[in-house]
Amino acid sequence: MTLSLLFQHIVNALSLGSLYALIAIGYTMVYGILRLINFAHGDVFMLGAYVAFYGMTIVALPWWAALLVSIVFTALFGIGLERAAYRPLRDSPRISIMISAIGASFLLESLGVLIFGGRPKGVPVPDVLSRVIHFGSVSMIMISLIIPLFTFALLGVLVWIVNKTKTGMAMRAVSTDIEAARLMAVNVNKIVSFTFGIGSLLAALGGILWSFKYPQLNPLMGMMPGLKCFIAAVIGGIGSIGGAVLGGFLMGFIEIMTVAFLPTLSGYRDAFAFILLIVVLLVKPTGLLGKRQAEKV
Amino acid sequence: MKQNTESKKALPKRKQYTIIALAAFIVFAFLANMFFDAFTLRVFNLCAIYIVLALSLNLLNGFTGLFSLGHAGFMAVGAYVSALLTMSTQLKDMNYFLEPIVPWLHHVTLPFLPAIIIAGLVSGFVGFLIGSPVLRLRDDYLAIATLGFGEIIRVLITNAQSITNGAQGLKGLPRYSTTFAVWVTAGLVVLFMVLLMRSSYGRALKAVRDDELAAEAMGINVFKVKVTSFTMSSFLAGIGGALLGHMITTIDPKMFTFMLTFNILLIVVLGGIGSISGSVISAIVVTILMEVLRFLDEPMNFIIFKTDGLPGLRMVVFSLLLMIIIIYRQRGLMGSKEFSWDMLTGLFVKRGHKGGDHV
Repeated sequence: MTLSLLFQHIVNALSLGSLYALIAIGYTMVYGILRLINFAHGDVFMLGAYVAFYGMTIVALPWWAALLVSIVFTALFGIGLERAAYRPLRDSPRISIMISAIGASFLLESLGVLIFGGRPKGVPVPDVLSRVIHFGSVSMIMISLIIPLFTFALLGVLVWIVNKTKTGMAMRAVSTDIEAARLMAVNVNKIVSFTFGIGSLLAALGGILWSFKYPQLNPLMGMMPGLKCFIAAVIGGIGSIGGAVLGGFLMGFIEIMTVAFLPTLSGYRDAFAFILLIVVLLVKPTGLLGKRQAEKV
Repeated sequence: MKQNTESKKALPKRKQYTIIALAAFIVFAFLANMFFDAFTLRVFNLCAIYIVLALSLNLLNGFTGLFSLGHAGFMAVGAYVSALLTMSTQLKDMNYFLEPIVPWLHHVTLPFLPAIIIAGLVSGFVGFLIGSPVLRLRDDYLAIATLGFGEIIRVLITNAQSITNGAQGLKGLPRYSTTFAVWVTAGLVVLFMVLLMRSSYGRALKAVRDDELAAEAMGINVFKVKVTSFTMSSFLAGIGGALLGHMITTIDPKMFTFMLTFNILLIVVLGGIGSISGSVISAIVVTILMEVLRFLDEPMNFIIFKTDGLPGLRMVVFSLLLMIIIIYRQRGLMGSKEFSWDMLTGLFVKRGHKGGDHV
C-alpha cells in the first residue's frame, strides 16, 4: 500500500468519523438528560436528508438554503417528537419509554416509505462540494474535507454552549439530577426540548452531509448509521460529548481501515460495531471517557 | 369468607368450561384444516407460530424483566438448523450453486420431530453462550447488546456461504408445519409456560423481575435464573423460527431483521407484558390484523378518489398502534393478569352477550 493510498483512507475515515460524531452527539445528549436511547434518532437523520433533498429538487433552493431550512425543520420535528412520544412517559418505567422510542423509529421509517417512496433517490450534489482537489498525489472530493471542518466548528460551538452559557449550565444540572434542577427553578421541559432540538439539528446536518458524500437516499438509511452512532456514543462513554466524538471517529476509522486492509472481512463490516460494543460494555461499561466526573450534558 | 366457599363450589364448573372450550377449539381446528382455503389456513397456522414466539419473548420481557431485542437472531438459528437437517441431498445440491455445501451437512436428512428439537436445542445453546456475558448488563444496555447479537447472527448467516448458502437463502424447505404440528406445539408451549409460572421457578423469575436485590437476599441465584430464562426463551424462539421456516418454505437472512422482533414485541405489549393468555389472544389478533390490513398497502378505490397503492401504510398503522398502547394503556389488553372465566362472566353481566371465547 502506497503512502498516498493510506492518506486517502485516512481522509475517508476522518470524514466518516465526523459524520458519526455528529449523530452520536445527539444520542449522548439525550441519554445524558433522560436516560433514554432515542431509537428514532437515526430516522431523524434520514428526515433531515430528505427535507434538504426536496428543498433542492422541488423548491429549487440553493443547497445552503435547503440545508438551513432542513436543519430548522428537523430541529422542530425533534422537539415535537419528544413532546408526543416521550414526555407522556417520562415517569414510567424505562422499558416503556424505550418501547415508545422503538415505535417512533418504526413509525418514521414506514412514514418515510409511504411519503418519500421506497425506491432510492439520487441526490444532486452541488458542484462546489463535488469538486476534486489534489494535494500532491492525494486527491479528494471537497466534501470529504468540508465535513470534518464543519464538525469541529460545530463542536466548538456546542462545547461553548454547554460550558459557558446559562442554558448549558441548566442542561448539566438536569442531567445530574432532574428533581434537584427543578427545585433550583430550572425549567426542565424547556431544557429537554432544547436538547432534543440541538440533537436533531446535528442529526439533520449529519444526514445532509452524508447525502452529499454518499448521494443516495432511502427511507431506511438511518437505521444502520443510527445504531452505529449509538454504539459510538456508548464506546466513548454515554453522556459525554467528547466521548461521543471520540467514539464516532474510532468507529469511522475501524470501519474504513478494516475494509481497506482486510478486504476479505468486509462482509462482516456491520458486525464489527456490535462486537466492539459488546467488548466495551463488558470490559468498561462506562465507556472510554465516561468517568463519574465526566462532563455530562 | 363467602366468596371462598362459592369459588370452591364453582371450581369444577370452571374446569368444565375449560374442557368444553378446548374440545370446541380442537373440533374447530379439525374443521379448519379440512374446509379452510389455503390462505386462511395459513393465517390460522401462523397464529399458532406467533403464539410460540410471543410467549418466548414474554418469558424474558414480561416474566423475568429482561428486555431483549435479539429474538429474530434466535429464530434465524432455529429456522436454519431445522432447514439444513430436513432438506434432502438433491434439494441441497439445487440450492447451493455458488459454493457447495460443507460435506458434513450434505447427506444429513432427518425427520421433522428430531430436527425441530435439535433446532431448539442449538438455538438455546446459542442463547446460553450469548446470555452468559450479556446478562451482566441491565435495562437499555441489555436491549442494545441483544439487538447487536441479533444482527451479528444475521451477518454471520449471510457470510457463511458454504453452510447457510449466504444471502441466496434456502428454498424448497419441506412443508412440515401442518395445522397439527403448529397447534400441538403452541399448546405444549402454553402448557409449559403455565406450569413454569406456577412452579417455584416461575416465582423466582418474577422475584428477579420485581426486585433483584430482594430476590438475591431470599437466596435466589439471580444470574443463574436470568441465564436459564434467556436459554429457555431462545429455545422457544428457535422452535418458533423452525416452524415459520417450514411454513413459508423459503428462508433467507433478510427475513430475520429487527422488523420481525418488532412484530413480536408488538404482540407482547398489546397482550400485556407478563400475561400468558394476553400473549395468546394478542398473537391471534395481531396475526389476523396483519393479514386483514394488507389491503392498506394495495391500491384503494374510494368513491371520490383513487390511490395507487400505499406500501408502508400497514406498518404506519402498526407502529402507531404500538405507540398508542404504550402511551395510553401501558398494561395492554390483560395487564399481568390471566384469563379466567370469572372475567368473562363479568363481561357478560356488564355488557350483555358477546360471542367468541379463547382457549
